[in-house]
Amino acid sequence: MAKLTRERALWMYETMIRIRRFEERAIEVFQAGELPGFIHPYIGEEAVAAGVCAHLSGKDQITSTHRGHGHMIAKGLGFNGMMAELYARSTGYCKGKGGSLHIADQDLGALGASGIVGGGIPIAAGAALGIKLKGGKEVAVSFFGDGATNIGAFHEGINLAAAWRLPAVFVCENNRYAQSTPQSVHQSIRDIADRAKAYGIPGVIVDGMDAAAVYEVAGEAIGRARGGGGPTLIEAKTFRFWGHYLGDPGTAYGHDREAPKWKKRDPIPALGGLLRKRKWLTAKADEEILARVKGELDAAVEFARKSPPPEPADLMADIYEKAL
Amino acid sequence: MREIMFREALVEALDEEMRRDENVFVLGEDIGQFGGSFKATLGLLEKHGPERIRNTPIAEEAIVGAALGAALVGMRPVAELHFIDFATVAMNQIVNQVAKVRYMFGGKARTSLVIRMHGGGGSSAAAQHSQSLEAWFVHVPGLKVVMPSTPKDAKGLLKSAIRDNDPVIFVEHRALYTVKGPVPEGEYTIPLGAAEVKREGSDATIVATSSMVGKSLQAAEELAKEGISCEVVDPRTLFPLDKETILASVRKTGRLLIAHEAVRRCGWGAEMAAIAGEEAFDYLDAPLVRVCAKETPVPYSPRLERLHIPQKEDVAAGVRRLVGVAR
Ligand SMILES: Cc1ncc(C[n+]2csc(CCOP(=O)(O)OP(=O)(O)O)c2C)c(N)n1
Ligand SMILES: [Mg+2]
Repeated sequence: MAKLTRERALWMYETMIRIRRFEERAIEVFQAGELPGFIHPYIGEEAVAAGVCAHLSGKDQITSTHRGHGHMIAKGLGFNGMMAELYARSTGYCKGKGGSLHIADQDLGALGASGIVGGGIPIAAGAALGIKLKGGKEVAVSFFGDGATNIGAFHEGINLAAAWRLPAVFVCENNRYAQSTPQSVHQSIRDIADRAKAYGIPGVIVDGMDAAAVYEVAGEAIGRARGGGGPTLIEAKTFRFWGHYLGDPGTAYGHDREAPKWKKRDPIPALGGLLRKRKWLTAKADEEILARVKGELDAAVEFARKSPPPEPADLMADIYEKAL
Repeated sequence: MREIMFREALVEALDEEMRRDENVFVLGEDIGQFGGSFKATLGLLEKHGPERIRNTPIAEEAIVGAALGAALVGMRPVAELHFIDFATVAMNQIVNQVAKVRYMFGGKARTSLVIRMHGGGGSSAAAQHSQSLEAWFVHVPGLKVVMPSTPKDAKGLLKSAIRDNDPVIFVEHRALYTVKGPVPEGEYTIPLGAAEVKREGSDATIVATSSMVGKSLQAAEELAKEGISCEVVDPRTLFPLDKETILASVRKTGRLLIAHEAVRRCGWGAEMAAIAGEEAFDYLDAPLVRVCAKETPVPYSPRLERLHIPQKEDVAAGVRRLVGVAR
């Protein structure tokens, strides 16, 4: 079992802060009218992306969702390219063509964020197949929500990966809601991990507000996948602190009533407490992290604001390899 | 006449039809307390309860399949898929089942269902939440396809679609939901397959769908100042198509421009152009013009998206070309 080292613990802590602060800043500039489009905040769920990606290298692959900022930051995408993408600038990761919903960088193993629920699950299976066919030791991880476990792509993708014993890990971020629909309304099971039985693969439940716990179960699943032991379905029980998207107050479906309880279990101070208890984090180091992240974010916003929008000719570029 | 929003007109249509016929019910994602992703089912849960306003799991294929199954045993379901992009997930049921069962099973099967969805761009929702895929459905025999452009049409056509015994694909445009327009107070319906001349004119015919109707009317207003008189015809249903009204206008003006927000190639306008070529060739005084989206996925960048989507200026420029006024 992967023992949590000081180095990995601090990496997770800083990564979670990076995700939180990036999104807080994105929300701020969105609300100030600087960004087009939509944002689905990941705030509250940071421990899942950090705990899983703490085991991944640049060559491992992930697929993500509409709520993808956290996965991307944990996978190593930088603030400049992400912020510029939100600002629809040509310097963004997708040259301003994707936006919040579709941040990706295939060079960093971030295969893409799908705006179509469940879309990334079979793609991760396919990435795992490619890895296996090439004889690699990498893994493919798919992140998706509780709501996504009801769409056909979930069943088809996981069954395929299981039948072929592919090096894939399926991470369900069960935040209790599919948009406005509570889990108890959209399915008749309580634990999504139960579904693993139907595919003949291990299914594990983990407290998604506890980064160390996520780190542990993800380590086991990713280790098994690397070793040829096939896929695992991880269910991380978590909660988004904001509405489904920015602008949804969550009041129509009871989210606002549940939120205070979950906010008390904020994963960032929780991990900070653990780090301090183990004497791995001093107050000074903590401040340094915050200052570093803030500095980087200030620079990223500045970079994005100063970056040019795409040129009109870019409209017709990248449809095919060569313009037709 | 009172003015209400497009989405309010849709809610009224659903509400009235549910009162009128107990077999009508609605199913879709987040249509309950949330009122639908663009509030086009707002308030219906309170009035009709969760048995008839059914919040579904995220499962578009099951939504459409279940709607068909319920129709087969005598219900009149209205399935709401939200973004037309998500209909692609349900295409198997729509194309292989819904469109086929009446014919393939010899004509006995009951297929009274409506599948609602909203398409179109303009809100930086990017490539997977902005498409205009209506032509996909028009291509499939067995489906009827409705595309309203005003609150009044939306209400009258949705009521007809619900009462129709054939499957109807009902395509709304997101940018229209909050647009207000006059809607009669009392009961009325608008038949499927009836176009409407939205503006009369004599120099050129603009056949426009959905969001392009408004833009074409604005362009016509501009062009009138230049002395060019445009007739704007809204087919309202893409299939069955009211060829008579459209071709009568083409014969009158001798010039045809087709405007839609979908990309040009194999868009609905290609079909319209072919019909004009086949049935009004002798009346055309100039090559027809199509004003459509550029052939790209829909980009996130507002700057690029504005270039991708046809604008009223593009319609006006197209008409000038059509009538031979170079500018
Ligand atoms: C195929 C498809 N259907 C519907 C939607 C609209 N939609 C976007 S996110 C979402 C809820 C997703 O819930 P879940 O998978 O639990 O992820 P969460 O938002 O909670 O992170 C819905 C219904 C979509 N994007 N794609
Ligand atoms: Mg969820």
